Amino acid sequence: MSALSSTPIGTGQEGSVKDQVKAYIANVRNGNMGSLPAIGGFLVLSILFSFLNPYFLTKLNFANLFTQAATLMMLAMALVFVILIAEIDLSAGVTSGVAMAVFVLLVNTMHVNWILGLLAALATGLAIGSFIGYFVARVGVPSFVVTLGLFLGFQGLQLVLLGDGGLYRIETPQILSIMNDNLPIWGGWLMIVVAVIVSLVTSLLDRRRRTIAGVANRHVTLMWIRIAAIAIGGGVVVFILNLDRSVSILPISGVPIVVPIALVLLWAGTFLLDRTRFGRHLYAVGGNPEAARRAGIKVASVRIVAFILCSTLSVVSGVFDASRIGSVDSGAGKAIVLSGVAAAVVGGVSLFGGRGRLVHAAIGAFVIAVIDNGLGLLGLPAGVNFLVTGGVLILAATVDAVSRKRGGTQLSRL
Amino acid sequence: MDVPVIELTGVRKSFGPVDVLKGVNLAAYAGKVTALVGDNGAGKSTLIKGLAGVQPYDEGVVTFEGKPVTLHTPREAAALGIEVVYQDLALCENLDIVQNMFLGREEISNGTLNEGTMEREAAETLRSLSVRTVSSVRQKVSSLSGGQRQTVAIARSVLKKAKVVILDEPTAALGVAQTEQVLALVRRLAESGVAVILISHNLVDVFEVADYVSVLYLGQMVAASVPIAETNNEDVIGYITGTKSYNGGQK
Repeated sequence: MSALSSTPIGTGQEGSVKDQVKAYIANVRNGNMGSLPAIGGFLVLSILFSFLNPYFLTKLNFANLFTQAATLMMLAMALVFVILIAEIDLSAGVTSGVAMAVFVLLVNTMHVNWILGLLAALATGLAIGSFIGYFVARVGVPSFVVTLGLFLGFQGLQLVLLGDGGLYRIETPQILSIMNDNLPIWGGWLMIVVAVIVSLVTSLLDRRRRTIAGVANRHVTLMWIRIAAIAIGGGVVVFILNLDRSVSILPISGVPIVVPIALVLLWAGTFLLDRTRFGRHLYAVGGNPEAARRAGIKVASVRIVAFILCSTLSVVSGVFDASRIGSVDSGAGKAIVLSGVAAAVVGGVSLFGGRGRLVHAAIGAFVIAVIDNGLGLLGLPAGVNFLVTGGVLILAATVDAVSRKRGGTQLSRL
Repeated sequence: MDVPVIELTGVRKSFGPVDVLKGVNLAAYAGKVTALVGDNGAGKSTLIKGLAGVQPYDEGVVTFEGKPVTLHTPREAAALGIEVVYQDLALCENLDIVQNMFLGREEISNGTLNEGTMEREAAETLRSLSVRTVSSVRQKVSSLSGGQRQTVAIARSVLKKAKVVILDEPTAALGVAQTEQVLALVRRLAESGVAVILISHNLVDVFEVADYVSVLYLGQMVAASVPIAETNNEDVIGYITGTKSYNGGQK
């Protein structure tokens, strides 16, 4: 107490690198573990599978993991926007299915330009999101019920649109290449250079702004460590992906095209959540809607926009899925939505609202994807896969609950 | 006596057949703490909701710095510099102190949140209130004690140069040490030139910090702006329970 009263009020950015590391560790001990458990789980599972199966650590499988995770990652990122306001969208998967049905009908049967088709699919997502948002935020129907209704209803709509057992091949090469083609070798390196430059420029702008405002900046070493981590970590991944991973005569190498698309959306979404007024208000509505209302935030509008973002991003995951499978059928998107919720929760997004980041959902998606991939390689039946994924979800939720309890922040959930 | 910052004259409010406020007068002075006391159901909350613009009065004149004004919406009240700190505080526990203090009025530059400016202003506001109980403005509210949360809520109310701050039972849920801290904060708040209206059931607190006390009894102001030095605990209890009436200081 006396130590506190003698020091001026800080901003948490003062002190040496050592102090900052100490503060971070104290924060983790207080129960703010973020995605640390998920990263730990990912590493443990990867090591386990690499011992159990010789194919797990091959270059081909490494690249497969990215394309396997991409669809789930997009859906989990979409769901973060509604989970952050303590709502749920059970219809996110079938929404993407309906939007892709619209896409194939327009492009395949009506021969509309594929870009217009893609825009129409995204607009379908936007319209569905507005519909859900209106019912949840203005009419006051619980999101669980609205989206459960749509989950059932849209399966019917998909059947109506595509016909019973209807299956349309994706004939647009641009869509197919998202998951099946790779960047040229230099493209992967360019991606890392762009990431480093963006990170450096935003960090420097932030520091300049803080200096102008007259508040402390984190020790500059931490910024360089962060940027080095992006350069080295990203560099290693790109290096491996740039090696020839083919098992036949034709060489395959390069970063899958889906990777930069997913990274740009991850960056843009994180920017929206962390640096804009809307993002701040979204967290506030998730933390305490009444406080947000009294602060003059238009709570209903924030909720509606969250549902719109969720449904529209879900369509992107539908595009990834269609690209990977090469077709759209009348059952598209039905099975994936709960895995999406699981990915977000495993990554460290709280279902109680107000806590979590987009990158958590991305990490969670990799955990789920690695389970899928590893168990698939072991040749275990699908039932085992579901059992393990379910177990990991419950484990993740338990880690979340226990770590909060230790931090004494459980009150917030009562 | 000076000109009050805010003055209510003949305020009435009824809900259907129930008259909750029956012609109430209330005044609050810059740099002074005016305690508003009264038993449950006396009309304190209704009076406050009118001041906040949440629930406009049916009749009566509101004068702000000598000029008649209307208080029909929370926006009008906020524009005049009237801030209310409700008993349930209305803080977002998942956000930190800066984020809570600036919620709904974030500083923006180039379309993005200007965290540095907000941190500095938050720290300056806390310092101006001589707050020593928080170490960093980036602490999450979930990690704060009840007294610290009250401090954040009060600091939030004065962030944008409030002229009238209404505190609803600020010490109701606090322990002894934290109550002392919050009362000291209320005192400093008044000393910074703000007109403070303190609603409390705790007469010990009232006698410790208030300059004036006004007592509501069944929708009527039975004692208006009595200087605290001219009254005592026994009398105030008498006004609250309706067994005594105030006669302008004459014994």
